[in-house]
Amino acid sequence: MTNNPIITTEKLIKKFPMGKGEFLALKGIDLEFNEGEFAGLIGPSGSGKTTLLNIIGSLDTPSEGEAMVLGQPVSQLTARQAAQLRKEKLGFIFQSYNLLAVHTVFENVEFPLLLLKYTPSQRQKMVMDALEWVGLTDKVNSKPPALSGGECQRVAIARAMVKKPMVVLADEPTANLDAANSHNILKTMEMLNKELKTTFLFATHDEKVISYLHRKIFLIDGKIDRDELIK
Amino acid sequence: MFLALKLAYRNLVGAGLRTWLNVIVLSFSYVVIIWLKGLMVGWDHQARFDMEKWQIAKGQYWHKLYDQYDPFSLTESHAPVPQRFLPFITEGAMVPVLVVQASLYPHGRMQPILLKGIPKNQNLLKLPVAALDTITDAIPAIIGTNMARSAKLGKGDRVVLRWRDKSGTFDAAEVVVTDVFATNVPAIDGGQVWIDLEKLRQMMLLPNEATYLSFGQGIKEIPEVNEFVLKTQQELTSEIDVMIKTKTTGQSVFYIILLLLAMLAIFDTQVLSIFRRQKEIGTYVALGYTRQQVVMLFTIEGAMHAVLAAAVAAVYGIPFFIWQSHAGFTIPMDSSDYGIAMAQTMYPVFTVGLIVSTTLIVLITTAVVSYCPSRRIAQMNPTEALRGKIQ
Repeated sequence: MTNNPIITTEKLIKKFPMGKGEFLALKGIDLEFNEGEFAGLIGPSGSGKTTLLNIIGSLDTPSEGEAMVLGQPVSQLTARQAAQLRKEKLGFIFQSYNLLAVHTVFENVEFPLLLLKYTPSQRQKMVMDALEWVGLTDKVNSKPPALSGGECQRVAIARAMVKKPMVVLADEPTANLDAANSHNILKTMEMLNKELKTTFLFATHDEKVISYLHRKIFLIDGKIDRDELIK
Repeated sequence: MFLALKLAYRNLVGAGLRTWLNVIVLSFSYVVIIWLKGLMVGWDHQARFDMEKWQIAKGQYWHKLYDQYDPFSLTESHAPVPQRFLPFITEGAMVPVLVVQASLYPHGRMQPILLKGIPKNQNLLKLPVAALDTITDAIPAIIGTNMARSAKLGKGDRVVLRWRDKSGTFDAAEVVVTDVFATNVPAIDGGQVWIDLEKLRQMMLLPNEATYLSFGQGIKEIPEVNEFVLKTQQELTSEIDVMIKTKTTGQSVFYIILLLLAMLAIFDTQVLSIFRRQKEIGTYVALGYTRQQVVMLFTIEGAMHAVLAAAVAAVYGIPFFIWQSHAGFTIPMDSSDYGIAMAQTMYPVFTVGLIVSTTLIVLITTAVVSYCPSRRIAQMNPTEALRGKIQ
């Protein structure tokens, strides 16, 4: 990890309409993440961790305040610029894997590279490298419905990592996995964090994930309760 | 765009049976629309071809008072054949026809008819005039199958014919039917009896006169010669154009119903896709697509049904079209009853233009129908789509 902040949030507020009023999901979040961090937003349901992750991922915009992601202000990005940021610099891992069911493992992992217009030979090499990181080179032609939950999440990790993004955002990545698979996945991500210096940012309330984190940011009701750095 | 095409293809093929059901329904639309249009074109070609062969040749000169829909004008609408035409008639490149009113008395009842005189040695028109060159005590006559049916006459039957000559004197004689011809051109069949031109001229006291003249290839077209006015082939077949146009308009209702059925299936599939594939839509956005690009992807996916359908339609449609253009389509009822130039067996004509235009119409319609429900994606919140929340 270096002392090079790549994500900062300043007085971040997010409101959602609720009936006739509003629901305040984030109440002025100030945070800073450095390159190569392995950090997590921890809190119960409704604490605002997924909302914060979505804003950092430029999938959503703040109601007030600003989030700077890799030097770009999320609230001021056009839809095209936000898409460009996600396409080039960010990787996503979801709780329910979100794999494209009709595509093979290879095609799922290849998808971000197709968007980045790599040549077929480059894609072939990069996909196989990514599948090797997650130990799925024998499943290249399988389709997601034929894979176990753990294998699906490993494909999702390969898809997020294949383009070597600067930041990977993982929303409850182990929620649908058993303990053995969870540890397996987390070890893989920890290894990728060390080897590729990719910043990992989790939203979780799973103890297994929490035990792997190097930085724990506890959120309660849209506010930071405490921010712990594990030596 | 290429990526969207590639993805759309993968998604479509991956969707399996749902895709193929839509594709098969759409391919039926292609084949039926092209077949019906081909039938229309074939009918048009055939009607023109038959009219040219049996009735009008390359064009006609009409007496200026002749009106084929007004039998009362017939007493005035004839004149001596212009000198200028005589060499062509001798060569066989021009055929004079004299048309008069008369009455036929088949089986003791009176039937008003048009009595037409045509040279018994002409070869320009397909009428079997050789049968008029028969030595008999009655006047040899030929009639069409329609006329034969309505007058209950057959080959060899004798019947009394009454007419009024130029001076207004009534006369009568017996005619013998020497041939009954089958034609698709009703204008030379129903209510008509054909006899030798010279005989009719004698009967009517109208030597060298004609009502109209049909001419073949190589005759210079002059707008007016003496009392005869030029009627080009285009003018004479204009009624077919109107008839085909009317039929085509009627048929387009059928095309629209067929297309609507296919489009309903596509629309339904698109709505279902957008409803069921919320997570996938969110994933595309998370991986770097804009919502507009996802709209385009879903539109292409829908429109690609039409491309696959064209391929499927080609597989069974092309052999079917080839077979149809040779074997033709036989109308189950007797087409001569319709009173229009329609053959019993019609041979569809499939042109490249027809196939390309139909394919384009189906493609564009499918693309529009696919785009309409896909527009909803542009209003979706990607974070909720990612969670699969119905929006």
